[in-house]
Amino acid sequence: MESLLALVVGLMFGSALFLMLSGILVRFVFGFVLMGNAVNLLIFASGRLTHVNPPLIGFDQTIPGAPVANALPQALILTAIVIGFAMTIFLLVLLYRAYDQARTLDADQEPFLVEMPETSDQQVSEKKEQA
Amino acid sequence: MKTSLPSIEKVPDCCRGGVVSSILPLVLFGLLCLAWPRVVQGKVFLIQWSWVPSLDLTLAFRLDGLGLLFGLIITMTGFFISLYASSYMAGHQHLGRFFFYLHGFMIAMLGIVFSDNLLLLFVFWEATTILSFLLIGFDHHHKTARENARQALLVTGGGGLFLLLGILLLKIAGESMTISLWAASGDMIRDHALYPAVFICILIGAMTKSAQVPFHFWLPNAMTAPTPISAFLHAATMVKAGIYLLMRFHPLLGGTSLWMGTLVIIGGTTALWGAVQALGPCDLKRILAYTTLMALGILTLFLGGRTVLSLTAAATFLMVHALYKAALFLAVGSIDHQTGTRNLDHLGGLLQSMPLTALAVAAATMSMAGFPLFFGFIGKEIMYEGALAEDMFPVFATIATLVANSLMTAVAAIILITPFLGFGRRKMNPVKEAPWTMRLGPAVMGLLGILFGIVPEWVSEHLIQPAVFSFHPDREDIRLVFFHGMNLPLVLSILTLTLGSVIYRYRTFLRHRMNTAIDRLWITTPGLYQSGLDLFLKSAGAFTNKIQNGSLHFYLFIVVFTLVVAVAWPWLPHIPGILIFPTISGPLIAMGLFAFILASTGVVVFAKTRLCAIGGLGGVGAGVALTFMVFGAPDIALTQLLVETLTLIFMSLVLLRLPPMDAAQKRPRSRTIRDACLSLGAGLLLTTLMMGMLQVPLDRTLTAFFEANSYIAAHGRNIVNVILVDFRSLDTLGEICVVVLAAWAGVTLIRRTKEG
Repeated sequence: MESLLALVVGLMFGSALFLMLSGILVRFVFGFVLMGNAVNLLIFASGRLTHVNPPLIGFDQTIPGAPVANALPQALILTAIVIGFAMTIFLLVLLYRAYDQARTLDADQEPFLVEMPETSDQQVSEKKEQA
Repeated sequence: MKTSLPSIEKVPDCCRGGVVSSILPLVLFGLLCLAWPRVVQGKVFLIQWSWVPSLDLTLAFRLDGLGLLFGLIITMTGFFISLYASSYMAGHQHLGRFFFYLHGFMIAMLGIVFSDNLLLLFVFWEATTILSFLLIGFDHHHKTARENARQALLVTGGGGLFLLLGILLLKIAGESMTISLWAASGDMIRDHALYPAVFICILIGAMTKSAQVPFHFWLPNAMTAPTPISAFLHAATMVKAGIYLLMRFHPLLGGTSLWMGTLVIIGGTTALWGAVQALGPCDLKRILAYTTLMALGILTLFLGGRTVLSLTAAATFLMVHALYKAALFLAVGSIDHQTGTRNLDHLGGLLQSMPLTALAVAAATMSMAGFPLFFGFIGKEIMYEGALAEDMFPVFATIATLVANSLMTAVAAIILITPFLGFGRRKMNPVKEAPWTMRLGPAVMGLLGILFGIVPEWVSEHLIQPAVFSFHPDREDIRLVFFHGMNLPLVLSILTLTLGSVIYRYRTFLRHRMNTAIDRLWITTPGLYQSGLDLFLKSAGAFTNKIQNGSLHFYLFIVVFTLVVAVAWPWLPHIPGILIFPTISGPLIAMGLFAFILASTGVVVFAKTRLCAIGGLGGVGAGVALTFMVFGAPDIALTQLLVETLTLIFMSLVLLRLPPMDAAQKRPRSRTIRDACLSLGAGLLLTTLMMGMLQVPLDRTLTAFFEANSYIAAHGRNIVNVILVDFRSLDTLGEICVVVLAAWAGVTLIRRTKEG
């Protein structure tokens, strides 16, 4: 069961990387969201999928009566989802801003590729100064 | 390179702060004088504090005859130069900085000659390198000054690294880091297998600092410094550090044929090359710079010997040179300061207007030329004796000394006669004599040159002998005498004066020939330095452009590739043990969901349009949310659905204003395949890692704690919620901060877009 999920997560992760490598910034954001989902699933599986009852305590009990799903990874994922959401939105705004500046979203094109200026300080004419 | 100072009328005569700060070297000089009588008696002062014991680095200082000789020269010239500079530099806007560097430089130099610990010596050594960089580039608004400062820094700094290497090799070879303990080790290091390496490293350190061929070129270029600095660099500090190093290491490393042969050859070559080149330039300061090369070469030559005579010659000439060179530099600075030029062709007839400076220059040049009655004469006699007493190549040493000295005599004549007696081609403006602060140094040092020439016995007993004894084991008596009698050195001295006058007679012809010959050299060390520097900068630029090219794809590819390799390398052997073939088991609905997620992922990857991809992303999000639902996590399923919806809405909003995906150029097929392979590899690696993780027994300690205390301690029945808002509430606060920050940054970015 979990091993099947591992395969799913691996494929999702690989697809996310492939999208991010494409150099098209819109696809980069898609890959980012996909990767967030893959990692959340990974954390979820790390708590095992043995029990399917939600981690709740009945009204007449002080501790869960029957075995319940692992609550710890769930708490972690909840935080991760919200943070991932914040990052995605920020990334989208960055994308918007980058397009506003560069007029393209192809990261393999001009404004995104930088070229260091050549050092011109070196044309020194002191060679004949002395030997 | 002219120091662009306006003529004397416009600036204040003297900077009082400079005069006051001259008290520092004077006090140090006085302190050394207090210790002087005891050092002459053979006492060695040792002071020690612990600094970094684990590195063998101690604040250990030692005052013996050699240190004293150097210390006296450094503080005395330091005093006169500081006094001189207070007038010379008057009105300069960075006076405070200047005197700070100057005195710092002096103290670093004193540190070198008083250090008893080699690593401490290295620290001071580097301090002089850095301070000389600052001083040479003091007029930093001139490009030449900056470049020459950098050249000095690279050459001497590089040599400094060799020195450090040599010191460390010495330590590996088992030698003590403390100079005072060397006497105990005897011949151990000279027979050690590492000896040649140690020797070469230390030698390169000394050669770069003391401007020996082929590292000599930085010294004449260092003339861009203000004249007081040049005087200090040449007469007492910096270049003398290399000589000091050779003297210090002489008892430890000297005496082998490797040491003697190398030093004699290098020293002789430097002396000849420096003396020959001194005939070339018209700039007085530059002429002096080349004569320094000659002097340094001669010193190195004599340090190549192992007899008391050679070493005495070195120590004596060190003094002779320090006295006349500092005096001459300062006098040339005065001429420059008062007339506005240092060009020989423009100077003449200064005897009337600057009689006192003329007198000082006369004394200094007479000493330099080695006329009888002057200290230089004594120095020259002992030089010939020393050269004849060399173990290796005595003939070469003698000839090199003879030729260099003859040229020196001619140069001395040029420096004395042309500016003061000759007639400049250009009519000189009326010139005033320099102020007393600028005359005192040359006068006193010129006078000392005469005085020491008259009482050489006193000098040898109180300065030379203690110095030589502290780096030579034999207690042979050293006596400098006024007249040695009719012998070979005297004949050579007379020959020197004769040859010198002949060269002076034909100086114009020789200068012309010299300059054309140098221009014709097809390979020169400064040329090599320049092309090396150019090549270095160019390749560094090319390398940076290559790896920092701004390509997102390139960066990401490198990062992912490195990650995959770094993780896979140690992980690969474990994979066969943990690999399970995924079986289709468990709830059927889960299988369906997994299939749905994978299909949606495929849609995102292969989508041609944005809408299609967004739809696929929605599918993935929903699938993941339902998976959470199925496996007992309704809370996160709910959150996921909500967040996924919001994300898609925002994404659609933003993407509406952006160009379609296929507006981008199509990627080459090979690149797509390469990316796909890497991504797939990374994904499958993650799968195996996850399988490995799932086989480690689950530690439920924390979960059990939360389950047990959720209601009892925190009064909540939803365990996940209790963890978030109670047990780990600070984490949640952090999470809220992230969301707020992201929102804040987003709003700022959008607002700027609208404004722009």
